[in-house]
Amino acid sequence: MEMLLSGNEALARGVFEYGGEFASAYPGTPSTEILQTIARYFKDDVYAEWAINEKVALEVAVGASWGGARSIAVMKHVGVNVAADPLMSLTYTGVGAGMILVSADDPSLHSSQNEQDNRYYGKFASIPVLEPSDSQEAKDFVKASFEISEQFDTPVLLRITTRISHSKGIVEIGDRETAENKGFERNISKYVMMPAYAAKRHKIVIERLEKLKEYAETTDLNRIEWNNKDVGIITGSISYQHVKEAMPDASILKLGMGYPLPMKKIASFAAEVKNLFVVEELEPFYEEQIKAAGIAVEGKKYFSNHLELNVDRVRDGFIEAGLLDASVKSSTAAAEPEEVLPRPPVLCSGCPHRGMIVAMKKLKLYTNGDIGCYTLGAVPPLSQIDTCLCMGASIGHSFGITKAGKSNGKFVSLIGDSTFLHSGITSLASAVYNKATTTNIIVDNRITAMTGGQDNPSTSKTLMGEETNAVDLKAICRAVGVEHVREVDPYDLEETISVLKEETEREACSVIITNRPCMLFPSKIKDEPYTVILEKCTACGLCFGVGCPSISASAEKNEKGKPKSEIDPITCTGCTICAQVCPAGAIVSLEQ
Amino acid sequence: MKNGITNVLIVGVGGQGVLLASEILCEVAKIMGLDAKKSEVHGMSQRGGVVTSHIRFGEKIYSPLIPSGESDVILAFELSEGLRWVHELAEGGTFIVNDHKLVPPITATGKFFYPEDAMDRIKARVPGAKLVEATDIAKELGNPRLVNTILLGVMSQSLELAEDKWLDVIERMAPKGTGELNKKAFLAGRSV
Repeated sequence: MEMLLSGNEALARGVFEYGGEFASAYPGTPSTEILQTIARYFKDDVYAEWAINEKVALEVAVGASWGGARSIAVMKHVGVNVAADPLMSLTYTGVGAGMILVSADDPSLHSSQNEQDNRYYGKFASIPVLEPSDSQEAKDFVKASFEISEQFDTPVLLRITTRISHSKGIVEIGDRETAENKGFERNISKYVMMPAYAAKRHKIVIERLEKLKEYAETTDLNRIEWNNKDVGIITGSISYQHVKEAMPDASILKLGMGYPLPMKKIASFAAEVKNLFVVEELEPFYEEQIKAAGIAVEGKKYFSNHLELNVDRVRDGFIEAGLLDASVKSSTAAAEPEEVLPRPPVLCSGCPHRGMIVAMKKLKLYTNGDIGCYTLGAVPPLSQIDTCLCMGASIGHSFGITKAGKSNGKFVSLIGDSTFLHSGITSLASAVYNKATTTNIIVDNRITAMTGGQDNPSTSKTLMGEETNAVDLKAICRAVGVEHVREVDPYDLEETISVLKEETEREACSVIITNRPCMLFPSKIKDEPYTVILEKCTACGLCFGVGCPSISASAEKNEKGKPKSEIDPITCTGCTICAQVCPAGAIVSLEQ
Repeated sequence: MKNGITNVLIVGVGGQGVLLASEILCEVAKIMGLDAKKSEVHGMSQRGGVVTSHIRFGEKIYSPLIPSGESDVILAFELSEGLRWVHELAEGGTFIVNDHKLVPPITATGKFFYPEDAMDRIKARVPGAKLVEATDIAKELGNPRLVNTILLGVMSQSLELAEDKWLDVIERMAPKGTGELNKKAFLAGRSV
């Protein structure tokens, strides 16, 4: 049977079909739907969970593999940085049953803070990297990954990208094949990484890589598609698809296994073609290795490492190289776009983060932000987030900046519930230990919202939908030594400003936790909408400043020609923040 | 159409339902026995940002992304978003835009203005561009949520996909209990 599946759905399907028993992940775009698909459709056969962070996700998946279950750990590219500690020694111990680490990279930074190329982790850890080029391969390569993992006793890095994850294509589906679960086999010198044992294991890793290089030469994951031999192109992942469309006459060496490279196969391919190119997205990962092997090839000279590739960029590169005629492009391909105002993503109507961010603005604070919806507070008109680096970093940043001591102004950290649990707790404990006087705000909306509303350890529900014990955020803050832990209602602006003022003036470390749930997840919240009484509105514009998508300029103007505001009753949730900032009392409930 | 591939670009604002509409189109192409791919970006863009979905179908599809200037059909759920993407239309292509404005909060800075002349500028580039009063049609049918299905109906006139296949997929993918109403909305759009 054939189904139209995204790469993420197909990969999840592969875990089910090829005997996977265990899946753990921390949500992160573009990887999130893999675990959601497993939990939704295959939970009778495959256990699926949200881990508190990517390091834990990898560690539990390793445990499951050592315990005999084919397992998978899933994360976005930057998550692998968090999981790098277990990864770099896991390569020494090897696996029990087949084990896959899925890294979903995000070329073009559609939803990320960088566009790092995680194929380098394969080389760094001396483990094989598989790179599917469409949904069908996303499924098929799960089978290949489990088999390689078991044959060579290695974790396998299955590296996908946003365009694989979030493109849909037709996939042939099959039934589940079960794999034998042998349980844990005690082997102390293999599984205990203390110096004497680890040194021996490193030697095994080096020998394993040599065997994998031989495998790369013969596996059908790497295939040559002979065509005209004027141009030969080495490519993999989504770039293969762009190349097939842009250069239909070229010969192609398609790499399904991106590391280690089949260098003999590459050399013989190179010898047959007149002009050899590498077309790969992001860094010159293949190109550097091929050049290091003494093979003449061009790549990044024509295909930049900045942002995603597409058919246009591949065509442009070959046009520049003099190997493609510019007439292949559409007659309107070079049409200039119209100038249209930007439309950056914004905090939703009624978002509970808005009240806290408006309060920070009112008190003229500086804000160290973190990874989550509240980062959108950086966008005009709010423009209230001053820094954002990586998961859990805000608390440390506030501490460091405050210690540096030269800034005019007060810094507060702003972090969500899931991000605090992911990696904020340790920063808070460290700050308290080092006598911090900072104010740290946890905007607890009781969901992991930015990635589409996933449960986390504070929501009392598992990915499989079971009730469970919830982590108590206030108790954690007190337990690490914070004496002043306050709760505020972010829909009450006066209270929020007053508590924020009190705590930022206090010479002690404090935490303020907001108590309103996300208005989108798990279910939409909508109260009576508000409206603007145009006769009362003075067009002062303060309500525009809260950055709510439900508020816009009306056709009515004041005597100076400034537009009065209006509220869309369909999208307004009645959070009242705009009414609270209106000095004229012009914003009232529609019911009144 | 180039190399037997039909390229459709659906654009709008996060939350408008672009993704479901493109899902329906892609599924119709698939059950017609064609190769089909679609691509879009989830995540941050869904928070009221710009959303685009590329749908491609034909005998064999490689890249999931439509090359510049090769969109045979562009369907815009919002006027300024139509204007943002109008340059992607292939020569002789079909441009359909919903008569609907969503003014983004960034206009509150006073530095950016909503393009009130969006339709005039679109017409200057594509004289045959079609403006659809989908909201009015939806109101006549008794449910403002039918806008997207009406727009799919309008677009279906420009695509060689069978009506019964459209109706099958709409019935299957519409929210529970709204199948009949959505089929009616599709047919209303198809006769605009």
